[in-house]
Amino acid sequence: MRRIAVIVALATAGSAAAQMGQTDALGGTLRAVVQMDAQLYVRDSVLDPAGDYYPDERALGQGWALFTYERGNLRMGLRYENYQNAILGFPTGYRGEGITYRYAQWQQGKFDITVGNFFEQFGQGLVFRAYEERGLGLDNAMDGSRIIARLPKGLTLKGVIGRQRVYFVNSDGILRGTDAEWALREAVPALDKMGLGVTLGASFVSKFQRGFDPLLNLPANVGSWAYRLGANYRGIDLKAEYAYKINDPNFDNGYIYKPGEAFVATATYSRKGLGVLGTIKRIDNFSFRSDRNAQQFDALVNFIPPTGNLHTYALPALYPYATQINGEMGYQFDVNYLIPKKTKLGGKYGTKLALSIAASQSIDRRPLEDGSFGDKGTQGYLSDALTWGEIPYFRDVNFGISRKFSSKYKSQLTAYRFVYNKSVLADGVNDYAILSAPDSDSVLVVPAVVWEQQFSLPRHQTLRTEFQWSGGEGFRGGLAMALAEWTVSEHWVLAVQNIYNYGHPSESRRIHYPLVSVVHFDGPTRVQLGYGRQQQGIFCVGGVCRVVPPSNGLSLSLTTQF
Amino acid sequence: MGPSDLAKPRGLAYLEHMKTLLTALMVASATLISAQSLPNVSVLKLDGSKTELNSLREEGKPMIVSFWATWCKPCINELNAMAELYDDLHEETGVTLVAVSIDDSRTSPKVGPFVAGQGWDYTVVLDPNSDLRRAMGVNNVPHTFLLNGAGEVVWQANKYVPGEEEVLVAEVRKLK
Repeated sequence: MRRIAVIVALATAGSAAAQMGQTDALGGTLRAVVQMDAQLYVRDSVLDPAGDYYPDERALGQGWALFTYERGNLRMGLRYENYQNAILGFPTGYRGEGITYRYAQWQQGKFDITVGNFFEQFGQGLVFRAYEERGLGLDNAMDGSRIIARLPKGLTLKGVIGRQRVYFVNSDGILRGTDAEWALREAVPALDKMGLGVTLGASFVSKFQRGFDPLLNLPANVGSWAYRLGANYRGIDLKAEYAYKINDPNFDNGYIYKPGEAFVATATYSRKGLGVLGTIKRIDNFSFRSDRNAQQFDALVNFIPPTGNLHTYALPALYPYATQINGEMGYQFDVNYLIPKKTKLGGKYGTKLALSIAASQSIDRRPLEDGSFGDKGTQGYLSDALTWGEIPYFRDVNFGISRKFSSKYKSQLTAYRFVYNKSVLADGVNDYAILSAPDSDSVLVVPAVVWEQQFSLPRHQTLRTEFQWSGGEGFRGGLAMALAEWTVSEHWVLAVQNIYNYGHPSESRRIHYPLVSVVHFDGPTRVQLGYGRQQQGIFCVGGVCRVVPPSNGLSLSLTTQF
Repeated sequence: MGPSDLAKPRGLAYLEHMKTLLTALMVASATLISAQSLPNVSVLKLDGSKTELNSLREEGKPMIVSFWATWCKPCINELNAMAELYDDLHEETGVTLVAVSIDDSRTSPKVGPFVAGQGWDYTVVLDPNSDLRRAMGVNNVPHTFLLNGAGEVVWQANKYVPGEEEVLVAEVRKLK
């Protein structure tokens, strides 16, 4: 605790200066970011009658501070983390304190060398992505070394080796990876003249983990590779990536020996006032972790982007979608259109329209020739790449219209229709169980509407309101929400919200979830104090989700930098 | 050897490292003298080519760097508010606005069509691996920096509240 006190003191001293980054006598720059979260829990007999979720500690707190020092070609950094203990809903593996991230990076000419921890991604991340989502407790940083060579004619080569972070230790398996990317435009002047950008890339990633199993012959080395293509011409952009992984029996796939495949392709068209996107995807047995027995967010080597939108309004966000790494097929189609300003339809400021349609479905799964289906130690199942599976996972159709009516008033209305497979997405039931008992599959249709308005008040004050509703039979049932957010000044914001779960199937849970919060801003510092009930839900950042238990109490969050 | 066997010795080693490193950092921070400029990190333009923030700045003119994401509502409100003021402000002060999207591989393909549908006129770049975000110490989005003609950060806000664009415009005018 004394140590974190030192860090906080350092940080606050630094934040007194409004400027970011400070230079020392040698010409180097030091920057720091600090984040702290604390919660004081109140026993709530309505929300949690048996006290199952009420923590023994009564108060929980966590924080981290990241320091980066840069001088010339050298960059160094470290992050100290402290969990006393982690707040409810955060992975419980975060316990205690320590320096979890430290590195030195040297960039000179064509070479960029990092030793220690680093984050990196090959292509879209289908075979390798080390990244962090601090708010979610996700951090699979590599601990090892990385070399990047930026060669002439648009060629970039990368090599990485190391082990991934799992809480306060490193994963059991070693990762080795290499990636090559070639931007043809820089090598072929004719392409550049035409305005045609073409990028080719290939990656290879292998993990090594000893296997000891009395029955299975586990592969110690698992190789995975990917090819990608990108093209760009006058507002048209194409990206496609295909990845393959050799047999990798693991906890996620039920220890089957089938190789994995993944394919994602996206095409977009953009010109001022119009944007169109189309994506198709197929994932087949593509869980890739540097520890074959890891679960949840632990030791993930790759990242498969989920198709669908990331909803941030509170009620639509209760029905999130995360990629089903054992297999899924899906598509997405989006259109964004701006009705020009100063037209009859567009009004003085223009009107924005957005339509999005996304769907994810199971892949085709049939028993093997010998009749076995998904059994440990076998090839698992047969699947035809072009046939859709029978189980709907998720559908999302939404349409939004947003318009600024005057300098004092603007409004946005969005309507949604979700098809949400509760068995798969909330209860984690696998395809084999559903296919053997199709009646057990619980699929909900959830309509939702969100209306947001913003009013300018005198003296530069603003009032923002949200009215939200979501329906659906079973699971959560109907919910209604109102929010008012008053911007008192540049430095203070007050917000009050209430969610009423009027339609919950269980009468005792038809309750209100009020929440009051005050936020104070001062340059790089942000302090937020909240009091109220937190609904049991699924909290997602960037398409990765974790379950948050219900709670009631006081929360304090502070972030600053210097 | 399971993860729990590793925990102890590593934890202790971390503490030892930490003492040394913290001491070093405290010494370093004690000698701080003035503000510094943009980190030397490359970002992607919407056509996929690499660039650096420094090269997007007009020589000797101020620059606004605004971190955002397609899923961040306040960010979009801020960039929409700036979009209305940008043309005039650019003409008047020479300021460049660069909107740095931290969208990852899930949402980064959406950035191009999204920006088109918003009708923004300023430069939008991608930071898909959050390299620039980490290097500039950005924790949450929105986070907006104003740099003066010498490339030093003179103002920043790690939030957007409606009306803040006017504060930013006033700060830009001060640099004229």
